[in-house]
Amino acid sequence: MPSTAQESPPQITREQDGRVLLQGNWTLPQHAALKAMLARTEVPAADIRLHTISALDTAGAAQLANWLGIERLEQMLAQETELQPERRALLQTLTRALKREPPPKAERISPIRQALTLLGQQTEQLGRHFWQLSGFIGLVLQSLFGILLRPSRWRITALVNQIHQTGLDAVPIVALLTFLVGAVVAFLGATVLGEFGAEIYTVNLVAYAFLREFGVILAAILLAGRTASAFTAQIGSMKANEELDALRTLGLNPIELLVIPRVLALLITLPLLTFVAVMSGLIGGALVSLVSLDIPISQYLGILADVPIKHYVVGLVKAPIFAFVVAVIGCMEGFKVSGSAESVGRHTTSSVVQSIFMVILLDAVAALFFMEMGW
Amino acid sequence: MNRDTIIEVRDLCNRFGRNVVHEHLDLDLYRGEIMGVVGGSGTGKSVLLRSIVGLKRPSAGEVKFFGQNLLTLDAGARARLEQRMGVLFQGGALFSSLTVRENVALPLIEHAGLSRKDAEELAEVKLALSGLASHAGDLYPASLSGGMVKRAALARALALDPDVVFLDEPTAGLDPIGAAAFDQLLLTLQKALGLTVFMVTHDLDSLWTACDRIAVLSQKRVLVADTPERVAAYDDEWIQNYFNGPRGRAAYSAVQGN
Repeated sequence: MPSTAQESPPQITREQDGRVLLQGNWTLPQHAALKAMLARTEVPAADIRLHTISALDTAGAAQLANWLGIERLEQMLAQETELQPERRALLQTLTRALKREPPPKAERISPIRQALTLLGQQTEQLGRHFWQLSGFIGLVLQSLFGILLRPSRWRITALVNQIHQTGLDAVPIVALLTFLVGAVVAFLGATVLGEFGAEIYTVNLVAYAFLREFGVILAAILLAGRTASAFTAQIGSMKANEELDALRTLGLNPIELLVIPRVLALLITLPLLTFVAVMSGLIGGALVSLVSLDIPISQYLGILADVPIKHYVVGLVKAPIFAFVVAVIGCMEGFKVSGSAESVGRHTTSSVVQSIFMVILLDAVAALFFMEMGW
Repeated sequence: MNRDTIIEVRDLCNRFGRNVVHEHLDLDLYRGEIMGVVGGSGTGKSVLLRSIVGLKRPSAGEVKFFGQNLLTLDAGARARLEQRMGVLFQGGALFSSLTVRENVALPLIEHAGLSRKDAEELAEVKLALSGLASHAGDLYPASLSGGMVKRAALARALALDPDVVFLDEPTAGLDPIGAAAFDQLLLTLQKALGLTVFMVTHDLDSLWTACDRIAVLSQKRVLVADTPERVAAYDDEWIQNYFNGPRGRAAYSAVQGN
């Protein structure tokens, strides 16, 4: 047993009468010594005795079987009568187990072919991804219109809960972040415009930047990082736990139950968060203007009042689009999770990267469009 | 039988808030035996297992593992002691980012100091021993069936040839053939390696074929811990329903038939 003769190394001894005795501990702690010894010893043709081994575990038995070969070991098991019954059982179990088919060898592929395969796979995956995204958007819109006219199917509780989590809880971080960015933009304006003696236009810079772009895009990016990841992780762990399958077998539609409340919640909260973002950005700008440019609040407000309202509208119309994209990508990545916890992590990362990418891409497209339209 | 005590549970109490799971629970595990632990749902079988292996700090009382309390040892001594036990968790708990072979090879590389190649070869042997098909080593746990997960988890629990293995419902979810093979494998390994086994199970066939002793958890303590025959004859309503219900009798007569 393992406790006896803990430190005795494995040995192979040749007796006077030609028998070969295996001795010592053939166990896991002796693995290295055993391996080295067996590598330099040829399998003797003479009678080999196993019963003299003082300790044998599966690691040692595996090496023994490897060294002797399975046929030889089986032969010896059949002949040797002095072998302890439990050792015999272990070795027999082992030889039986090792006789199964060896694992298929992986095919060697040249690096060039491998790279090309990878490129092809990635391209196909990208194409399939956009195909899936449009499919999922279609599915969401279909269920949305399906329940729009039937108030009995509206899930008010879930919706309010989601608005709380994605909107109300995000207010402090959105406000703080945009306040700081507003201050930074104002400093930037003060530095650059000051060289031309046009410090007063700092106010216009902050106002235009936040009303048209920064308010909505900062809120959307924060939402992508904060909420898209949460959606993916929530739905993904439900998928990994077969909860989505359970919903389906109960005759419930996971899109209607899980996706619609989340999409609607973001459609409501992102415009509101955009408003919060714009306001605290302007406050940040006002503070810097007051402290370092000596522009009093009344003058700041006066300049703001002259900025046409259409710039705010141009910023705000993008909010629902961003909200929809972020929510749909977050939910879809959740549905794509397959089984394991690792997959949840991978898809969560992917959903954040994708939704930030899509937000910025759409914003660039929108900027071009509005510029061409002269809005 | 050698009555060398490996694990001593003394006066163990476990409670979660107001819910008392164990109260003054005593249990001994002797070297070389297979102990089955049974009990109704919610009697704290898994909690007992987690308390013994040191994953849960008991509310009161102590657990001695080879005469030492795991929770009071320093990290190094505790790690050395933990290498002497293997645990098969109910859900397998295979690391999902590693292949099955890497799962088994991990403790061999980390603790036994084997090279990756040696460890993976030995892991393949362990996988073969636990009855997995040869292609399974390259798969990730997410693509295994329930039975394969159990076998892979057993292979990992046995990776370091531990003195004691803890099995949490090892045959749940296996088909009867697989479950019977599992019992035989356990018996073989126990005889060959002097393995001590602590097995939480509901499988009556396993209890009758594999177990030397059965401990019944009931009324927040170990009601009785004795040979299967004596436990089955114990005068308690729950035990009588358990062992002498239709399923219990069928399992017993099957063993008698052999």
